[in-house]
Amino acid sequence: MDLNFTAEEQLFREEVRSFLRAKLPGEISRKVLGGKHLEKGDFVRWQRILHAQGWGAVAWPVAHGGTGWNAVQQHIFDEECADAGAPLQLPFGLKMVAPVIMAFGNPAQQQYFLPRIIDGSDWWCQGYSEPGAGSDLASLKMRAVRVNSPEGDHYVVNGQKTWNTLGQYADWIFCLVRTSTEGRQQEGISFLLIDMKTPGITVRPIIMLDGEHEINEVWMEDVRVPVENLVGQENKGWTYAKFLLGHERTGIAGVGRSKRELKKLKDIARKETANCLPLIEDQRFRDRIAQVELELMALEITNLRVISAEGEKRAPGPEASILKIKGSEIQQMLSELKMQALGHYALPYVEEALEAGWPGDALMDGYGDYAAPLSGQYFNIRKTTIYGGSNEIQKNIISQMILGL
Amino acid sequence: MDFNYTEEQLALQDTLRRFIARDYPFEHRRALAKSADGFDREAWKTFADFGILALPFHEDFGGLSGNAVDTMLIMEMLGRGLALEPYVSAVVLCGGLIRDAGSAAQKEALLPAIAGGELMLALAHFEPGARYELDHVATTANATGSGWQLDGAKAVVLGAPSADKLIISARDGKGLSLFLVDAKAPGVTLRAYPTQDGARAADIKLTTVTVSTNALIGPAGNALPAVERALDYANAALCAEAVGIMSALNEVTLEYLKTRKQFGQPIGKFQALQHRMADMVIATEQARSMATLAAVRVDSRDAAERSRSVAAAKAYVGAQARFVGQQAVQLHGGMGVVDELNVAHYFKRLTMIGLSFGDADYHLGRFSDTLLAA
Repeated sequence: MDLNFTAEEQLFREEVRSFLRAKLPGEISRKVLGGKHLEKGDFVRWQRILHAQGWGAVAWPVAHGGTGWNAVQQHIFDEECADAGAPLQLPFGLKMVAPVIMAFGNPAQQQYFLPRIIDGSDWWCQGYSEPGAGSDLASLKMRAVRVNSPEGDHYVVNGQKTWNTLGQYADWIFCLVRTSTEGRQQEGISFLLIDMKTPGITVRPIIMLDGEHEINEVWMEDVRVPVENLVGQENKGWTYAKFLLGHERTGIAGVGRSKRELKKLKDIARKETANCLPLIEDQRFRDRIAQVELELMALEITNLRVISAEGEKRAPGPEASILKIKGSEIQQMLSELKMQALGHYALPYVEEALEAGWPGDALMDGYGDYAAPLSGQYFNIRKTTIYGGSNEIQKNIISQMILGL
Repeated sequence: MDFNYTEEQLALQDTLRRFIARDYPFEHRRALAKSADGFDREAWKTFADFGILALPFHEDFGGLSGNAVDTMLIMEMLGRGLALEPYVSAVVLCGGLIRDAGSAAQKEALLPAIAGGELMLALAHFEPGARYELDHVATTANATGSGWQLDGAKAVVLGAPSADKLIISARDGKGLSLFLVDAKAPGVTLRAYPTQDGARAADIKLTTVTVSTNALIGPAGNALPAVERALDYANAALCAEAVGIMSALNEVTLEYLKTRKQFGQPIGKFQALQHRMADMVIATEQARSMATLAAVRVDSRDAAERSRSVAAAKAYVGAQARFVGQQAVQLHGGMGVVDELNVAHYFKRLTMIGLSFGDADYHLGRFSDTLLAA
C-alpha cells in the first residue's frame, strides 16, 4: 500500500509539465483558465500540437499511434493538462468512435479514419440520443434501410438525433440506427459512420440555458450512406454501443479538472470579501469548500484504485459508474460554490465578457474578470449528471451489475 | 502507487477473518457484551498469539514493527466482527503513546507486556466540559518532593474498567504532562459503565493521587504533541473499523433486499431501494479511500500533513458511516430496530465511532481551518 507516485512516475510528470510549458499556447490556456469562449480552431490546433509530440491519442495502442502509457501515466497526463489549462480533448473521435473502429471496424475503416482522428483532420460527433430515446436508448427509431444499387449498395437513413454536442463543426457523425424491428429492440440496431456533408442532413442548434450553442438536433432525410460505412455486423450495433460506453475509464471522474477548479474556487474565496474580510475567513463558506475538497480527495483515491486495478488487468467492471456519479456531483458542487462566492455580483449576464481579451468595464466595479463565466458555468454544468447515462441510470447499472439486484 | 496488501498482510487478514467466523460469532458477541468484563479475555490471548497486539511496536520491544496500514487491515476485520476487545485504546492509543513518547525504560517495561497480552492500558485524557478540545485539561499535577500529585476528573475513559494502568494527562505549571498510574492506586475512583455499543468505559475521579517521578511519560509540560499524534493514530484506526462495519452492513442489507419479499417480489426489485443501496456502496467505497489515506499518511513524519489527512478522513468517514448506518436500519424495516439482529449493533457501533475522539463536524473544522493557511 503506497499512495506516492514512483520516482519514474514523478519524472514522467515532469516531462509532461515541461512539454506543456513549452508547447501549450498561452492564448489558448488563458481562455481555458479564464472560462472564455473556445473556438473550433483552438481545439484543432491543440490536437495537432499533441499529435506532433506523439501524444495525440495517449490511450490508443501503439500500433495505431498511441503512446503505450499505462493507466496511471494517462491519469498524470490528464491531471497536468487540466492544471495547465489545456483544452479538453473532445471524446467523440478519440475516446468513443476510435475504440469501436479498432475493435469492430474493418482494416479499410481503420486505415482511413484513425489517422484522420489522431491528427485532427476530422471532427466527430455523436448520434445516439433521440427525442424518444434518452435513458431508454435502445428504443431508438432512426431508420436505416439497405438498398442494393448499381452505383453501390447503401443505407437510406431517416430520423432525428438530439443532444448532439458541437455537431455544427463536425465532419463525421457516428450513429446508432435501426436496421430491424424484429426481436428484442436491442437486436435491430446498427452502428453507422456518416459523412456530415451528405445531402439530407440538417443540423439545428439547441441553445442551452447558459445561452450557448453547444448542442444540436440532427435531422436525416433520405441520407444515403455507403454500406462500407457500417461498423461490424448489421444488427449488432448495441454490443458496440455498450462497448463504447464502458470503454473509457481514466478521465471519467474528471479529477484533474476538478482539482483545478477547486484551486480556482479558493482563489475566488480569497479575493471576494464578506464583512470586510476575505470570504474564505467566513467559516460557513469555508466549511462548504472543505466539504467539496473532502469529496474530491476521496474520489481521487477511488479513481486511482480503479485505475491501478485496470493497470493490473483486473476486470475493470462497472465501478466506472461510481466515478461518473461522484465526479459529476463534485463538478456541480464546485461550479455552484464558485458562483455563490460572487454573491449578487454573479447576476450580470455580460456576453462580451466571455470573449478572450475583454478589457473589463470601468463602470462595473464589483465585476472582476473571473466573474463573467461563473454563473454560466454553474447552469451549464447541470448537464453532467444528465449526460453519458444519467446518474440514475448509473445507479441502475450499479444495482444490476455490481449488486445483482 | 500501489493499492495491494503484501502477502503477510493478506495472510493476517485471512487469519482474522477465519477467527471472526469461527470463534467470534454474533451470538457470542451479544453474550460478551452482557458479561462482567464486556469482552473476551481468551480472544485477547488469541490476539497476542496472532501477533496483532505486538504489531505497532519495534522488534526491540517484543513488537513486529508493523505500520498503520497493518492496523487498518486489523481494524477492518475487528469492525466486521464487532469485536468488543479494547484494541484501539490499549494497543493503538496507549501502546502508540508509549512507543512514541515513552523513555527507553518505559518501553522496555511496558511494550513487551502489551504485546504479550498481559498488560492493558487506557488513556484518561478527556474531561467533563472539555468536549473534543485536546488542550482543555483541568486536572492538575503538582510537583511534590518525590514526584507528583494528581487531582481532577476524567470522562468516558474507554477501556478503563479492564485497564491495569492508566495514562493520565494533567496540567502542571508549564503545560500538559502524561503520567502512568496504577488503575488501583489510592485516590483513583472509577465509575464504570457499558457504552451504547456494548463496550466498557468509566468516568474517573483523581483525589490526591501520588506518583513517583518516573511515572512521567515524555517531557514535562509538553505532552500535547504526543497526545495529538496518538489520537491521530486512534482516529485512523476508527476510520478503518468504520469501513469494515460499513462493508459488513452493506452485505447483510443486500442479502435482505434479495430475500425479503413484499408485494410478491424481493424488495430489492424496487428502484427506490436499489438506488439507496447503490448510494450506500458508493459511500463505502469513498470512505474506504479516505481510511486508506489516513492509514498511509498517519505514519508521516510531517505532523501537519498527518493531522490534516486524519481530520479529513474522520470528517468524511464519519458522515458516510452515519448515512450507511441509518440507511441499513431503514432498509431492514422493523428488523433494523430490534436487538436480535446484528444490523442494529453495527449501527450502534458506527454511531459511537462517530462520536469518539472528535465527531465529523469537529474534524471538518480542523480540516477547514487548514484552508486558511494554504
